[in-house]
Amino acid sequence: MTIAVIDYGMGNLHSVAKALEHVADENVVITSDPRAIRGATRVVLPGQGAIRDCMGELERAELRGLVGELLSNHSKPLLGVCVGQQMLMERSEENGGIDCLAYFKGDVKRFDDQQLDEHGQRLKVPHMGWNHVAHTQGHALWEGIEDNSRFYFVHSFYVSASERSKVYGATRYAGAEAHVAIGEGSLFAVQFHPEKSAAAGLKLLENFVRWQP
Amino acid sequence: MALAKRIIPCLDVDAGRVVKGVNFVGIRDAGDPVEVAKRYNEQGADEITFLDITASVDNRGTTVDMVSRIAGEVFIPLTVGGGIRTCEDIRTMLNAGADKVSINTAAVFNPDFVREAAERFGSQCIVVAIDAKRVSQDGETPRWEIFTHGGRKPTGLDAVEWAKKMVELGAGELLLTSMDRDGTKAGFDLGVTRAISDAVSVPVIASGGVGTLDHLVDGVLEGGADAVLAASIFHFAEYTIPQAKAHMAARGIEMRL
Repeated sequence: MTIAVIDYGMGNLHSVAKALEHVADENVVITSDPRAIRGATRVVLPGQGAIRDCMGELERAELRGLVGELLSNHSKPLLGVCVGQQMLMERSEENGGIDCLAYFKGDVKRFDDQQLDEHGQRLKVPHMGWNHVAHTQGHALWEGIEDNSRFYFVHSFYVSASERSKVYGATRYAGAEAHVAIGEGSLFAVQFHPEKSAAAGLKLLENFVRWQP
Repeated sequence: MALAKRIIPCLDVDAGRVVKGVNFVGIRDAGDPVEVAKRYNEQGADEITFLDITASVDNRGTTVDMVSRIAGEVFIPLTVGGGIRTCEDIRTMLNAGADKVSINTAAVFNPDFVREAAERFGSQCIVVAIDAKRVSQDGETPRWEIFTHGGRKPTGLDAVEWAKKMVELGAGELLLTSMDRDGTKAGFDLGVTRAISDAVSVPVIASGGVGTLDHLVDGVLEGGADAVLAASIFHFAEYTIPQAKAHMAARGIEMRL
């Protein structure tokens, strides 16, 4: 019984592993070993930094095929976080346009940094801090989390999914509606950082480690 | 429905204890960093900043251990600063459980370090700390310069231009401290806060000088800051974080309550 956090060389995996350890009885391993990932009961796909680097490193670590396999066979619960969510879309505008894993229909777009808030101040990009997440549909991972709870975000690009039926959470920022939680079958992916979102985030991770899709 | 402004309590840590000096001298003990961090987390702090103010090589192990203990118990963003000079320092802190690192003096001596760090770890975890001091006289157009060594050494660098340069190099956030105000409880230097907030696209954290809850309000509404950082008003229990948030929310500022 292990939870594997996929390590393909991008970003800080320790925070997510520490938060999972806090809520799970299972062993949490940070690994790039395909056998460990295949053998795990649950898998987390994190991601930080630029999408070109994330896609490139996933390829270089020879894990792109394995992630594709996990996505297509739905054999175990899989949680995507941050760029780990964005990678599931068809294409990202970042780095001049990058093709992604194309599991979900839709794109990853940049926030407009020329928008003003209600005090007439420029809305900053990256979208950094605590924002509301509206539950656009019920889901096992929302259990015990109030609609419109705040989660911690840090990102400049956001998911815009074409299929509304796959969207579970949305956040408005800088004039855009970001689809910050998407899912299907045993897959759930979020833009925000549950590992850094205090009680609401820990509850989501606890729901994930108990999830029986 | 909007992004909340953040309140960030800052732990200035010297030899394993939280301390707070007035203009960096006259240190008062404010407790064990792990206990203090937990208390702020329970009170609803939006992030925590841990500054290793001595940052000597001897203390490194203690700092890493404390960061690791805080990160194992506090599930909100944690920024670690003080003595971050190499990519290896950054990796050590991220591995210990920090989410962001704050680069200060090393950026002044080697701006390319900011670029290297942002490319390697991503801008989201690179905070550049800017220590600014007003150098113009009353009546002149206001101008601020970057100072190092706790505000003692001028560099000749214009603070607003420096802020823009740091963002171009990849800083994901700026932690702006007024060296004139730090520890004085006279309020933020709103002039430099506004000038830098307007000049850059990334979030700016205002720091240095908070003495009342109205100062926090002013930092956001007049200074244009995205987050406010304070130490002593929280350490010595003059105010709690919920009081500060309620006060700011009552003035129309979006807060996470």
